Amino acid sequence: MSSYQISIFAENKPGRLAKVTGILGREKINIRAITISSSDAFGVINILADDPERAKKALTKEGLTVSLKAVVAVVIEDKPGGLDKLIQVLSENEINVENAYGFVLESWEKAVFVVDVDQMEKTQDLLERAGFETLDADTLAAVEPFHYMKY
Amino acid sequence: MYWEQEIETMPREKFLEVQLAHLKGSVKKASASPFYNRLFQEIGFDPESIDSLDDLRKIPLTTKDDLRENWPYGFLAVPRDELIRMHSSSGTTGRATVIFHTANDINEWTNIVARSMYMTGMRKGDVFQNMMTYGLFTGGLGFHYGAEKLGALTIPAGSGNSKRQIQLIRDFGTTTIHIIPSYALHLYTVFEELGIDPKRDTELKRAFLGGEPHSERTRKKVEELYGIKAFNSYGLSEMNGPGVSFECPYQNGMHLWEDNYIVEIIDPVTTEPVPEGEEGEMVLTTLLRDGMPILRYRTKDITRIIPGPCECGRVHRRIERIKGRTDDMLIIKGVNMYPIQIEKKLMEIPGVGTNYLIILEREGYNDNMIVKAEVEKEFFSGNLKQLENLRRRITEELKSDILITPKVELVEPSSLPRSEGKAVRVIDKRED
Repeated sequence: MSSYQISIFAENKPGRLAKVTGILGREKINIRAITISSSDAFGVINILADDPERAKKALTKEGLTVSLKAVVAVVIEDKPGGLDKLIQVLSENEINVENAYGFVLESWEKAVFVVDVDQMEKTQDLLERAGFETLDADTLAAVEPFHYMKY
Repeated sequence: MYWEQEIETMPREKFLEVQLAHLKGSVKKASASPFYNRLFQEIGFDPESIDSLDDLRKIPLTTKDDLRENWPYGFLAVPRDELIRMHSSSGTTGRATVIFHTANDINEWTNIVARSMYMTGMRKGDVFQNMMTYGLFTGGLGFHYGAEKLGALTIPAGSGNSKRQIQLIRDFGTTTIHIIPSYALHLYTVFEELGIDPKRDTELKRAFLGGEPHSERTRKKVEELYGIKAFNSYGLSEMNGPGVSFECPYQNGMHLWEDNYIVEIIDPVTTEPVPEGEEGEMVLTTLLRDGMPILRYRTKDITRIIPGPCECGRVHRRIERIKGRTDDMLIIKGVNMYPIQIEKKLMEIPGVGTNYLIILEREGYNDNMIVKAEVEKEFFSGNLKQLENLRRRITEELKSDILITPKVELVEPSSLPRSEGKAVRVIDKRED
């Protein structure tokens, strides 16, 4: 199963990120995770949100350059060695990671590691065979991060 | 004091007779070229009918487009086996313009370059270091030949490699340099880094500044930093190259060698001559070139003739420092380019949107070119690497075309300001 990450092309200058978060806030779209990678004068903002389609529509309407990108969101154990287990599988199978980030679902229990890889299908297959749980857009939207559960 | 006292100082009336004789010869020579032969027939002009200098105006102006359209041999007035050298203009739109020289043309050109240098006080025994690019660019070989003819020890250093330049200056007691003014300022910072004071630790006496227009302020700065005299030099490859016009020790305008060229200043819009002393576009006619005579060439350079005689006693009139160009040509680090060239390249690259902006900045003593290019909306796939590859590709392609490495910045689609009417493509933040 693959999930979708919203990628936004933005110049590296004050106000660009504020514009994005402003629109998403107004649209009541929840951000699960966000990373920014920049290359000098420009960069890409990657967002994992609960409703990527609607986010894309809202951002595009405001003139932003947006692309939905398939990524694999893998559930891992939130404990030492949890990430390593996943990465060793990718490494053994010569999967190259273009971009990655993670967030905790349930402290000391579960975390999600999001990877953008060069061979999507192959990665999904081998993760399934290796017994990893991957999340799609809907299940990702449905997961309740830990703080909701605790409070 | 004079390289050729007679031709440099004869009374004006007598000089104009010489000039007229040269003009008659040049028009006749030109009529042998396919271009002028056709042109003269079209307008019913008899090349033998030049009776006064004013008669030159019966001939239409020649433009760079004419040179391009008749590339490469359409202006040749001699058989091809008479040619011994070609030069080509730097970074132009479309096809470069090519200029061919016979052995005699090289001699005449060399002579006026030597005359120019001699005028500034350079003599046999001086050591001349030419820091210009050798090759198709005329500033290398043109000065080189002139310096050798004058009898100076000539060091063909070429451009760049600042530490080696300084080493050569020190090792061989260079007294005279030919240098791009912005590079002269940069080179000084390298002197400083090395802890060498050009005033105290070198034999430098004078510099010829060429290759790019510069202000009086820049000249003064070069003179102060190096403790030398800096002379302004003007030329263009269509008119041979360097040596067209040069400053004398009075440094008040550049003497244009009127035995070799006829200078006119015209209104660039009406193409009518402006009153003497007023600003306009300079038009030049070769008088002593056999291989490729060019009559009434529109240089697109804006200047004026400085009225009255010069204290140095030369009969050749002076033009003022070039004020600018009639078109939007950019000169960066001595390289000519047009925004349209950059546009053309950008539009060939998939992923680049339609809008772009060129920003010129001066950082220290260096000119920087920043090219902001909009990314095509559809091109963006969320991948930073893809954007980086695009940026790298734009940089490489522009570099191979304009010979300068621009700093390329990708910007969001539709983010650059759009103006009504003619787009603002260039923002020049350089002060001088």
